[in-house]
Amino acid sequence: MTDWKFTARQLVRNPLSLLGIIIIVIFVFIAIFAPLIAPTPESHQQRPYMIPRDGYRAQPEPPSEDHIFGTTQGQYDIFYGVIWGTRSAFRVGLVVIGIVVVIGILLGSLAGYFGGIVDEIIMRITDVFLAFPALILAMAIVAALGPSLNTVIIALTVVSWPSYARLIRGDILQVREEDYIEASRGLGASSARVILRHALPNAIYPTLIMASLDIGAVVLSAAALSFLGLGAPEGYADWGQLTSFARNWIVGPPGDPLKYWYAVTIPGLFILFFVLGWNLLGDAFRDIFDPRLARR
Amino acid sequence: MFSPTQRAMLYVRDAKQLADLPAVIERYGLDQPFVVQYGTWLGQVFTGNLGYSKVVSQPVSDAIIQFLPATLELAIFATPLIILLGILLGTTAAAHKDRPLDHGTRVAAILGWSLPTFWLGLMLLMIFYGFLRGFLPPGRLSVQIDLLVNAAPFIRYTHINTIDAILNLDGPVFLDALRHLVLPVVTLSVVNVAFIMRLMRSSMLESLGKGYILTARAKGLAERVVVNKHARRNALIPVITVSGYVFAALANGVVITETIFNFKGIGWWAWQSAINLDISSVLGFALFNAVLFVLVNLVVDVLYTRVDPRVRLGQGVQ
Repeated sequence: MTDWKFTARQLVRNPLSLLGIIIIVIFVFIAIFAPLIAPTPESHQQRPYMIPRDGYRAQPEPPSEDHIFGTTQGQYDIFYGVIWGTRSAFRVGLVVIGIVVVIGILLGSLAGYFGGIVDEIIMRITDVFLAFPALILAMAIVAALGPSLNTVIIALTVVSWPSYARLIRGDILQVREEDYIEASRGLGASSARVILRHALPNAIYPTLIMASLDIGAVVLSAAALSFLGLGAPEGYADWGQLTSFARNWIVGPPGDPLKYWYAVTIPGLFILFFVLGWNLLGDAFRDIFDPRLARR
Repeated sequence: MFSPTQRAMLYVRDAKQLADLPAVIERYGLDQPFVVQYGTWLGQVFTGNLGYSKVVSQPVSDAIIQFLPATLELAIFATPLIILLGILLGTTAAAHKDRPLDHGTRVAAILGWSLPTFWLGLMLLMIFYGFLRGFLPPGRLSVQIDLLVNAAPFIRYTHINTIDAILNLDGPVFLDALRHLVLPVVTLSVVNVAFIMRLMRSSMLESLGKGYILTARAKGLAERVVVNKHARRNALIPVITVSGYVFAALANGVVITETIFNFKGIGWWAWQSAINLDISSVLGFALFNAVLFVLVNLVVDVLYTRVDPRVRLGQGVQ
């Protein structure tokens, strides 16, 4: 328990990680209260994740009373898009990390605990996946399966699980030879019991925490895929897609080159701050878990 | 999953050809089970046939050769920048540990690490192309220069514009190519500089705590010599280890960067293929990158033995 208190105190005392926590809390707040912050219009109740449009004109409209962040290409409301996009971001991040951690724990602990041929097979499979630059493999998977939010989730899961399986395998290897593992085996505990009750709880907390902080990185990759046109369907509340809508409106007409600044700047800032929040927290945790830094 | 018909549609150019759809499906085995299609593809890959790239109407292997020089040009400029800047900033941060300079670079690194590459590229375009009236434009060359480069006296040795310009002793072409390179190279480098810098910092801190540093300081050596020679040389080893990851990050970044700046390299081609259901091109591109990635890691491992005499290949654990 003192360990957790120590960690919490470290996090709050460091201004950077405190900032990270504040940013994440704000985004959680936005995601939960999205229907109150950006109410879905009556005509749209059936599909709240589709951004309401105000006409079909291509040219973005600047911020006004009706659209406080303006509208982007195709008159999609930017404010509605970024607010509900927060939910999309959390969904992709949480689902991917959730699945990846489960697969990682399962395969990682099997490989680490049993070693030998099991280890060999699982690790060679991870090697195959790790031989591809991640975003490129994800891109190929999305292109082959057909772009949608679910294929993005599948693709990011496929490219991310191997590194977690490896990390957890390493954690298990470290504790495998400990006396308490030996003791419980000597008492006749089954492999499943030894892994679940003794090896895992002592091995994986740091890995689990680091994994959960990877939500930022996952959301960044998902946004990149969406930006490339390999993600959510057109009009879906998604930060990457909102940014790609702005691609044709980077440079305004002569004499007013920054005319459409809001179309690209606002969705990008949401992605940046979301990822930044998780990375600030991650950086602080890295220091806390660094065994070379003594705890006082 | 796409239906066989959807995938066959890729080969249809106008309505009159619709009648040939079944023939196309039959010919390319698009209705075969997944595993059979994969087997066919793999068999062809081993004979050197990566398939046909519809978006550029040529074989995938030719497309890779055609688009590679542009990407190489980006890499030629980005890689040294990443390594030098990363090492320099990392060393500086470590030498000023817990002082304002260290905190500043730390915040900058986390910020750079969190920047969506595609957004950074668009923002740079908005400022340096839009606001500064075409100062640093997208694309590889300006229109007139492009015509010049592809006409008689100019010889295209490598298809890497800057190198060709030097070989042809053509100043204007060189400057124009350079002007087009600035934004993509910066976009491609930011994340990686942040990565190398953080790694270099922690590696330097470890190295600075070693006994031989104490010895060097006790000898009365200047702090600059201690940091730059004694500490940095040893701190570089972990940085070499991760150059494989930097390659992967570059390969990922190239797709986004080339797409934003309309810089027609293999990343741009892969993106065009991906959004046009040209699956054989995307697969060819992914395979090409995987092979390169494995080769890079092999070179890194071999290089490692040269840099760190404690590492020997092929002896296993002693």
